[in-house]
Amino acid sequence: MPLALVVAVLASGPALYNNLAFLTTLAIYILLAQGVNVVYGFTGYLPFGYVGFFGAGIYGSSLAITYWHVGGYAAIGLGAATSIIAGLILSPLLRLSGAYFALATLAASQALYFIVANESWTFGESGMSLPLLFSPTALYAISVVAVALTLIVILLVRDSHFGLSLRAIRSDPVSAAMAGVNVVRTRTLAWLLSAALAGVAGALWAMMTSAFYAETPFDLTISVYAIVFALFGGVRTVIGPVLGTIVLYSLYQYIGISNPQYFELIYGLLIVLLVLFLPGGLTSLVGGRGDRPAWWNWVLRRRSAHGDLTPEGRSS
Amino acid sequence: MRLFEYALISGVLYGLFYGFIGVGLNLLFGVMRLVNLAHGDLVVWGGYLAYSLTTSAHVNPLWAIPISIPLALVAGFLLYVLTVPRLRRSPDTETSSLILFFGVSQVLEALATMKYGTNQVTLPELGNPVTIFGQQYAASLVASAALAVPALALFYLYLYRTRLGLATRAVMANEEEATASGVRIRLVATSAFMIGLAFAAAAGPLATFMLGGINPTTGGGLTITAFTIIIIGSLGNPAGTAAGGVLYGLASSLTQAYATAWTGMVPYALLLVVVLVRPSGLFGRRVRVA
Repeated sequence: MPLALVVAVLASGPALYNNLAFLTTLAIYILLAQGVNVVYGFTGYLPFGYVGFFGAGIYGSSLAITYWHVGGYAAIGLGAATSIIAGLILSPLLRLSGAYFALATLAASQALYFIVANESWTFGESGMSLPLLFSPTALYAISVVAVALTLIVILLVRDSHFGLSLRAIRSDPVSAAMAGVNVVRTRTLAWLLSAALAGVAGALWAMMTSAFYAETPFDLTISVYAIVFALFGGVRTVIGPVLGTIVLYSLYQYIGISNPQYFELIYGLLIVLLVLFLPGGLTSLVGGRGDRPAWWNWVLRRRSAHGDLTPEGRSS
Repeated sequence: MRLFEYALISGVLYGLFYGFIGVGLNLLFGVMRLVNLAHGDLVVWGGYLAYSLTTSAHVNPLWAIPISIPLALVAGFLLYVLTVPRLRRSPDTETSSLILFFGVSQVLEALATMKYGTNQVTLPELGNPVTIFGQQYAASLVASAALAVPALALFYLYLYRTRLGLATRAVMANEEEATASGVRIRLVATSAFMIGLAFAAAAGPLATFMLGGINPTTGGGLTITAFTIIIIGSLGNPAGTAAGGVLYGLASSLTQAYATAWTGMVPYALLLVVVLVRPSGLFGRRVRVA
């Protein structure tokens, strides 16, 4: 139901605000935020260098278009494939945890940037320029379809045995392994799924932008936005990252482009407040699936402080 | 050969300065598992303080060092009280702190942009170049290394020759056992936090020289470099941090001399190699369970 709502809102986007570049970028950020959701939300690994997969997707698809003259749909597939390969190469990083993992992915993404920016076969010096494969309207339509498919995938992940394994690993990898979950394989699959999402997003971005230098595809702010958008909406939910992206990216469009430093200040403060006071994101305010909403927990705590009944039984 | 010698000596000089930048970060991560992504931005703010002092009061920029220390101690205390106790209740303090301090770093960057603009800010050179083995090195490079050595020594004295340092090392080794032995965790944690921030800010004026100027976005890259250094040098080991700094400085200046376009990649490549091959660092016995 919320899924249909999201698709309907996105599909009617051009009627509400006729700026296809903005709307397509919004859809791309929804894909990225969902990719972060899969890795961070479901496994607890924070991919600070997630932009590396985005860049891999951009360059995978662009180089395929330039050298092999593939069509738009094939370019999307090849973009995703490039990111998956990058994910496989980087899968040893999953041995790390916490800050080590976050910083190592960041380092990997920037190392990839230096390779792309310094090599001639990637057009590091001259910049990439692509032929126009889709009209802006067609590209936006494809982006909305990509978002719809992604939401279905996330829904399946959340409710499947795979998703359950991921959450088990997240809360306690040792117990999960003892219960028969293949920890390494499950984590790697989530990692590759999120890489593929960034690859698709990257291919869409490449076809939308068509002329760019390596700085933009590997800009760390992209990772950061995707992470903050996902957190703001609420990770481990299907709707949260979508909501977070729509609210914050619209805010960015409104003030971030003309006054980037004010937007930076606002989202900096927002991150601090989110981590301290609302780690579950916006969706935790209204309650997710099976979880009690945060305000209701607060009410329960108040009541239990006065010695009233809580659903778990009488508190002391 | 002259180029190699120059790269070698300036690498060591740079490295000592990078060790200075790394120690504060090492302390915060070692004691409380806090990932202070705003570390580099604090360094940059220390640099801006030096810039403001020279442009408005026309004094030697190095005066910014003693002035920045009390300011950073106060800021550290406030930041600690406002964020850390709540942060420690999170199920994954390490990742939560990384995100939180990233937010702090964005706030510091935004404020720097509002006050100083996005252009690179530089300071005039401290004096005539210094001659070492027949080759000339910038006075600021030599001065930074010369100031980094006593700073690192001071850090060593705090950690290994004071009661507070002993308690701090106890918390680093095992927080629960330290608590059980009567170590006052809050006192140790608060002072470690404040001291770590003070070291960052004090390194700032030097950074303005060493990096050839600063701008509001300098801090991010500096934080990553500092992290690389403390991971190379092993957590909780100030001597290791100094050695990690020198190793990084050498790698960076040799790349600068022989493969200039790749200089920027050095910290990232080193970080990747170290975390994958030897996550406990080159000078550590403690193995991190990942």
